[in-house]
Amino acid sequence: MKYETVIGLEVHAQLLTDSKLFCGCRTRFGAGPNTQVCPVCLGMPGVLPVLNAKAMDYALKMALAVNCAVNKKSVFARKNYFYPDLPKGYQISQYSEPLAEKGFIDIENLGSARRIGITRIHMEEDAGKLLHGEGPDEEGASLVDLNRTGVPLIEIVSEPDIRTPDEAVSYLKAIRDILVYLEICDGNMQEGSLRCDANVSIRPAGEKKLGTKIELKNMNSFKFLKDAVVYEIDRQTEAVESGERVIQETRLFDPSAGVTRSMRTKEEAHDYRYFPEPDLLPLIVGEDDIEKARSSMPELPAGKKARFIKEYSIPAYDAGVLTAHRRLADFYESSVRLFGEPKTVSNWVMGELLRLLNEHSKDITDSPVTPEKLAALLKLVKNGDISGKAAKEVFEEMFTTGRDAASIVNEKGMTQISDEGELARAVDEAIGRNPDSVEKYRAGKTKLLGFFVGEVLKATKGRANPGLVAELVKKKLS
Amino acid sequence: MPIAIKDIFCTRGVKTTCSSRMLANFVPPYDSTVVKRLKDAGAVILGKLNMDEFAMGSSTENSAFFKTLNPWDTSCVPGGSSGGSAAAVAAGLCAASIGTDTGGSIRQPASFCGVVGLKPTYGRVSRYGMIAFASSLDQGGPITKDVTDAAMLLNVMAGSDPLDSTSVDAPVPDYARGLKDGVKGLKIGIPKEYFIEGLDREVEGAVNGAIDALKASGAETVGVSLPHTEYAVGVYYLVATAEASSNLARYDGVKYGLRVDNAAGLLGMYRATRDRGFGAEVKRRIMLGTYSLSAGYYDAYYKKASEVRTLVKRDFDEAFKKCDVILTPTSPTAAFRLGEKVADPLTMYLSDIFTISCNLAGIPGMSLPCGFTSKGLPIGLQLLGRPMDEATLLRAAYTYEQGAGWHKKRPAL
Repeated sequence: MKYETVIGLEVHAQLLTDSKLFCGCRTRFGAGPNTQVCPVCLGMPGVLPVLNAKAMDYALKMALAVNCAVNKKSVFARKNYFYPDLPKGYQISQYSEPLAEKGFIDIENLGSARRIGITRIHMEEDAGKLLHGEGPDEEGASLVDLNRTGVPLIEIVSEPDIRTPDEAVSYLKAIRDILVYLEICDGNMQEGSLRCDANVSIRPAGEKKLGTKIELKNMNSFKFLKDAVVYEIDRQTEAVESGERVIQETRLFDPSAGVTRSMRTKEEAHDYRYFPEPDLLPLIVGEDDIEKARSSMPELPAGKKARFIKEYSIPAYDAGVLTAHRRLADFYESSVRLFGEPKTVSNWVMGELLRLLNEHSKDITDSPVTPEKLAALLKLVKNGDISGKAAKEVFEEMFTTGRDAASIVNEKGMTQISDEGELARAVDEAIGRNPDSVEKYRAGKTKLLGFFVGEVLKATKGRANPGLVAELVKKKLS
Repeated sequence: MPIAIKDIFCTRGVKTTCSSRMLANFVPPYDSTVVKRLKDAGAVILGKLNMDEFAMGSSTENSAFFKTLNPWDTSCVPGGSSGGSAAAVAAGLCAASIGTDTGGSIRQPASFCGVVGLKPTYGRVSRYGMIAFASSLDQGGPITKDVTDAAMLLNVMAGSDPLDSTSVDAPVPDYARGLKDGVKGLKIGIPKEYFIEGLDREVEGAVNGAIDALKASGAETVGVSLPHTEYAVGVYYLVATAEASSNLARYDGVKYGLRVDNAAGLLGMYRATRDRGFGAEVKRRIMLGTYSLSAGYYDAYYKKASEVRTLVKRDFDEAFKKCDVILTPTSPTAAFRLGEKVADPLTMYLSDIFTISCNLAGIPGMSLPCGFTSKGLPIGLQLLGRPMDEATLLRAAYTYEQGAGWHKKRPAL
């Protein structure tokens, strides 16, 4: 029998606010344990939460970016459970009345476009971290670091519209790209600032009813998401085909073994006893809040890509690479503004620049070569001051030293020789040195033109303008 | 002004126990907003006052540390949960005190101890640093010898607070200013649901005397109805316990307060800590609240209670269309004897029957002395007002107090 897979993703994104969701503590990653805490996020007696307005603004931006309807009134709720990384014994989240609902994004998967529904987006606070087995004295003791407690999160819940593991990855990548474009989340899955749970079920092809869903956790990379879903589809298919029933449960992905393992069944699931958070008033979002979020939103990846193709007449592939990161796209556009020739600039940015950024593990925002410096280099090439080959060398030097093209070219004497008299002398010398070849050329073996140009370039240490040299050779030997 | 504070308000560098073993050695690194405002206004914080553990109780017998006696008769309870606050003022141990009121915890002990207690409108006084029992009901307020002191203290305590999202952002009037303006033409509502069977004869007599006195001062009385009063106690014990079950989850032995670590594993530590740290009444309410929020019960209990709470609130909205203040007894009886109701939580809960609706509706209420029983125990009169209209309450209370003069009587200690 053929089965159809049904996947829904719950994505948690840490918002890049300077302070936490309900107190003024910093949110910097990697600070010393328990150095970014205060009575409020420590859940000390009598303290109260106060909502971070910036977090709301960020959440609204995401809601608008994925076409959600923003609820004018949303309600914070307490999710109650005991765990040492949760100082209050409850997490402040949103439950029956979330910030935004009913959105969608269009994703591209294997060349075809698919629309994936977004059920809801809500705000909540992050929990702290437990460090196991790192205690200084006691064997088996666990340490609690509450720096992350109260860091703002948004949870983006998709409809069960995803059908394949690849589609799940495409969806998650699209969500990450939007978050990163909005500059509200750094999208780092290894550090946990972007996290993803997947609900996976299978059903006979053509069946309308949903199968029993399994919640998968602990997939902190795109690869692990794919591996976990692939494993889970196989596992569920095997179970159904051998006449077993899939039971509703939460399963943990083990990346080293590449398998999912049961964490808890439905019967063991927590009863979170949600109820409205009495310490916070309902969140009222006004038209002005929405307008403020909307007006400061950047162009999003899909729209930018389409515009690049149209405005710069560059191939879709180029546009896709250039718009994958907002700051890279900015770099490209600045360079084109300064130099023109969109395809030339695209070749340089996608080729040399991205190669060196990767090699040096640098972000575009840390690039030593600025759009101004790149444009200046390209002008030297265009004016015939240096050859294209030399330009690549110069670019590498610019990248490693941060210097500008002209000073490198001058210092190294790389300026191209375009003076006809000087080139004529060099051509004459080359002709004089190679009488045999001259004879063959004149006898019709005109392919030897390249040989003479090469001889001249060798003699001038590559500085001769190859175009001019070729013309001179042709003239002199005709 | 030497002021003592119910031990539910965090005081920076000074032990704040909530009368619980759980917090027996807890020293907060911050002041509650109320304490900070008092200090800023030049008050001298004399010390911290006994209470029912986590403000759960009506007699202060639920303190984990010791019992507080009623200064008028030391065989009687001072009421609760702010029993220490009321007794200290009645006994002259401090000029005034601060209490908290979730279902009557300022007004009932004020009534039992013959002093003035004011529970402001929900949100009028910041709850920051006031250890939470039931967040949507808790409100701090003054307990004083007379109405003038209550007005003056409210001037200091009231006002919006950026640290408390539920505090109301409205200007604070000078509550002491209009006290002497009299009650001529003031409409006083008398709710029939509060003059019921079970109301002590002597209490009823004293309250009726107060009504007559206010009429003689120029006020008018009008009969009003608060039809959902009979559900108030039920609603209260669902809403308050639900919130409490969540608010008290933080006392888990991990970060501060008591930790009992003789049991194996995390769960063992949680269980041992909470078993040893909490008293019987606190445990009872955590269990009740956990139950009413649980899957399958939420709709029938917590949700239904929240809906009925809206009806209780609506009762008051309707009544205040006909009157300016509502007058009732504070408690059906005068102070009861120590130990008298300890074994019967339900009877204990009913001693708050007249004070609970006020918290559910979020309106201001106060208690002031209106006489004594034949045994010499104080009787309290309750005034309830429109939201944010503490001024009218205080004016009516002041007018009555000045005519009656009960506030001048002190216990013979």
